[in-house]
Amino acid sequence: MTEIRALYTLWLREIKRFIRDRVRVIVSFVQPLLWLVVFAGGFGARLLIPGINYQQYLFPGIIGQTLLFTAMFMGISVIWDKEFGFMKEILVAPVSRFTIFMGKMFGDSTAALLQGIIVFAFGFILGIPFNPITLIAVLPIMLLITFGLVSVGLTIASFMGSLENFGAIQTFINLPLFFLSGALFPVSGPGTPEWLQVASTFNPLTYGIDALRTIILGSAWTPLQPLYINLGIVCIFDVVMVGVGTWAFGRMK
Amino acid sequence: MPYTIQTHKLTKTFNTLKAVDSLDITVEPGEIFGLLGPNGAGKTTTVSMLCTILKPTSGTATVNGYDLISEADKVRKSIGIVFQDPSIDDRLTARENLTMHANLYGVPASEQKDRIARILKLVELEDRADDLLRTYSGGMRRRLELGRGLIHYPKVLFLDEPTVGLDPQTRDHIWKYIKELKEAHDITVVLTTHYMDEADRLSDRIAIMDHGKIVVLDTPPALKETLEGDVVTVRANNIDALNKLVSHWLGLNQTRIVDGALEITVHNGKAALPRIMEIATQNNIYVESLISREPNLEDVFLHYTGRSIREDNSRELHGLAAAQRRAIR
Repeated sequence: MTEIRALYTLWLREIKRFIRDRVRVIVSFVQPLLWLVVFAGGFGARLLIPGINYQQYLFPGIIGQTLLFTAMFMGISVIWDKEFGFMKEILVAPVSRFTIFMGKMFGDSTAALLQGIIVFAFGFILGIPFNPITLIAVLPIMLLITFGLVSVGLTIASFMGSLENFGAIQTFINLPLFFLSGALFPVSGPGTPEWLQVASTFNPLTYGIDALRTIILGSAWTPLQPLYINLGIVCIFDVVMVGVGTWAFGRMK
Repeated sequence: MPYTIQTHKLTKTFNTLKAVDSLDITVEPGEIFGLLGPNGAGKTTTVSMLCTILKPTSGTATVNGYDLISEADKVRKSIGIVFQDPSIDDRLTARENLTMHANLYGVPASEQKDRIARILKLVELEDRADDLLRTYSGGMRRRLELGRGLIHYPKVLFLDEPTVGLDPQTRDHIWKYIKELKEAHDITVVLTTHYMDEADRLSDRIAIMDHGKIVVLDTPPALKETLEGDVVTVRANNIDALNKLVSHWLGLNQTRIVDGALEITVHNGKAALPRIMEIATQNNIYVESLISREPNLEDVFLHYTGRSIREDNSRELHGLAAAQRRAIR
């Protein structure tokens, strides 16, 4: 019971901090719009994907990108907590490290999910056709994608000492995962360089975004993998990363 | 009555440095126990071990009867900690910080509202309870941290350098709160500090710590009495010459030069003043000022460790006196 209350209070804190960060909320509105309107407008005229227009293709990709970037950014809050001392308050509490990790993980995932829902809402404005069932089916998939990514962010942050290396996360994690996920362009099919195809198969986000496309675009989209395989791989990734993250939190002083 | 804290050869080694060296201390229920020493003496390391943040390299200890290593969780539940550095979330309000702490320490939900209201009143932050902490001053944050450490009704409260970086008026306030909190909650307090006045004002007993060891442990008045006498401070135009002459007269090395003034420990300050004046005039040394006072903790510290507690080391003992004092240890 104590552990559950601790989990709840840690979760609530992340949500409160996220909602109170006004700049962040504004950015979360503007950035996806730039991708979906400006980037898709210019780039889509040149990239032809059979059966759907580029904006429709890009839309699930930008949901995935938003989840990825938010997850990493929220995970980094651990460094923030270490730098401002609050981490000590949490670590000395009579609560297991697993609970501490899960509290932060659920909190940051919820924040990322909120971001994902905002982007999803743009779909209506952009005229992407869906039915209410799509929305209900997309939510759990977004959460599943987020769990693993947040865990990666939390794990990295637990090893990092200061915010100075923050830019490295962007360069070495966010952008490679984003570019190799099929979010912006197909990572298979004729003409795709073989190394890119191979690299993308090692990227968990590839399967997450493929699953999102399967749900959102329906029969217009030919999936890379069947839905259950996509989700299975994402689930395995989640479980492994939660394990790694709990271990990383356990060794944090 | 069993001791609240009892350590047995408690040791912490970092690489080759012995930060805490075979510490044996006992803290009695209801007292304010002061750990006094310069930065790097091992105070925070000691407290970190007692709070189960750091694992001892060797040795054992019990806190509230619980073993530090095998019952770490029970130790954590029974103690409150106020860290040296700030450890609050400044994007949350005071009430939110306190609620969070209560939840982390398993305070029943039905009692939380009441306890939080009482603590806020005690540290006089009721009217600011729902403001974000980023709008708080340093002193207010410190007060909140003191209060927060008590939400789960701990039996021991650890205060690690509670007033570092605060202005004199705020420090005075914090001291008042510490005394009040201790009385109101009937707890034992372990305090680390490198401020003499803080240790003197608050502690029932003081352990002077240096290089990971307890140099001396007693009540503040008893510690001052060990010096047996007064401290005479002389300012003159030729301090070095006067130092030699007075040392010669006293036979013992009871002198030291501090901030360009000569400090002399004598049995009777008032009787010594004319003699010192006489020695100076006979040797054509011009005396600017001459004061006798009772010894303070600063003198006690200097006496036992051979150096000043201040970080700038301006009160290093000079020459023979220093060598002798170190030999005592």
